[in-house]
Amino acid sequence: MSKIIEGLLYSDSHEWVKVDGDIAVIGVSDFAQEEMGDITYVDMPEVDDEVSKGDDFGALESVKASSELYSPVSGVVVEVNEALEDAPELVNEDAFGNWIIKVRMSDPSELDSLMDAAAYAEIAK
Amino acid sequence: MEDNLKLTCLYDKHVGLEAKMSPFAGFMMPIQYSGITDEHVAVRTRVGMFDVSHMGEIFISGPDAARYVNHIFTNDVRGLAPGKILYGMMLYPTGGVVDDLLVYKEFTADGFLLVVNASNIDKDYFWMLDNAAGFDVRIENRSEEWGQIAVQGPDAEKVVVDVLGWSGAASLGFYTFADFNCGERMIISRTGYTGEDGFEIYASPEMINRLWDDFLKAGVTPCGLGCRDTLRFEAGLPLYGDELSADITPVEAGLSMFCKLDKEEFIGKDVLVRQKAEGTEKKLVGIEIHDKAIPRAGYPVELEDGTAVGVVTTGYHSISLDRSICFALVDSAYSKLGTPLWIRIRKKVFPGEVVKKRFYQTNYKK
Repeated sequence: MSKIIEGLLYSDSHEWVKVDGDIAVIGVSDFAQEEMGDITYVDMPEVDDEVSKGDDFGALESVKASSELYSPVSGVVVEVNEALEDAPELVNEDAFGNWIIKVRMSDPSELDSLMDAAAYAEIAK
Repeated sequence: MEDNLKLTCLYDKHVGLEAKMSPFAGFMMPIQYSGITDEHVAVRTRVGMFDVSHMGEIFISGPDAARYVNHIFTNDVRGLAPGKILYGMMLYPTGGVVDDLLVYKEFTADGFLLVVNASNIDKDYFWMLDNAAGFDVRIENRSEEWGQIAVQGPDAEKVVVDVLGWSGAASLGFYTFADFNCGERMIISRTGYTGEDGFEIYASPEMINRLWDDFLKAGVTPCGLGCRDTLRFEAGLPLYGDELSADITPVEAGLSMFCKLDKEEFIGKDVLVRQKAEGTEKKLVGIEIHDKAIPRAGYPVELEDGTAVGVVTTGYHSISLDRSICFALVDSAYSKLGTPLWIRIRKKVFPGEVVKKRFYQTNYKK
């Protein structure tokens, strides 16, 4: 049974969002990392790249498969988690403790379409 | 479960071991048990076993058997001693590949065993029947009667000798086999698809189930198709459907050494002779990129200016070598070792170069 954290927002493509003012901190759920297996590479955008809600901004790679990451919000990337470049396995170890990118949101109302923990628990199984 | 999927005789064992199961070649197969990396390392450093009962076993016999096999097969079985095995391909008249297979010269006067890919069993069997006109042969598809376990890794010899209680296994040379009598026929062959020493054992479903349990008790790591692919890829071995197909000839795939063009004839020979003389438009190469990003099947291979010159057929971040490498089919003009090539991975382009296809130094029994 994978972990789900209360107080975060979730997309149906298994990203989580923690809102911090106009910044969206984005990672993948514990369910997503479990489905992927051993993650060997995290493909991330560059700081200042623009992302759009629903578009892919990178990917997780396991030995066998790659799985795209979809941005739950639109905006500009203000930070990427450089620790994941050398230690992608951190996502397996703690998916909620290891964010992937931070985005300055251009339209915070997009958050309304995301799920809360209870709703996400229904699809993450 | 999806419709019409077949189960191997070891299906219940896989479920009992909580393997991740997935459809492959029409069978419900184990992809991994403990994890691809774990299982891969077990085969490279100790010993692992694979359920390969999905593979096809087609038996050929009759007065014209040798002449017939040589007609449909690229390698040469003339003078092949009983107990010897050859790798090769069956070709269409276009030179494209029907399948790649092993041919076992049986201990009977005129018998051969052809071991073919699971995904191609029916296609191969009908191809053999369709091309048997004028030959006095019997062609029997007995795939359902045989299970198969591959035991692979540096400790394979010791564990096979122990579990079978037969020291003769140790003296089998690479690409030879023996019949082992245990109340039924068991075939033990020194072959595999991992780049390590190892054995492939063919027997009845009941016997295969007993062997699986015995090997498990002996400490052999159960391994799924996930690491079967990473292992064969590192060892430079092609997979039908990726590096070989009806649209790729053995010359293009770099497998000419398994095609005996000095044979009188075999289906597809004319095209191979011409390709050897004139060269081919495309060739299978190895490419390494200097990044942790992973080139996957289908990704484009480009020149620096973005011109497409090929496509990736299989790629991984190699577990044993810690390198991002792939097989790719590219225009022959860019196939020389050291040629700089770029691979497009999603939105980025990564520089790399042509390298040898056998990425990993194999450790076969001499």
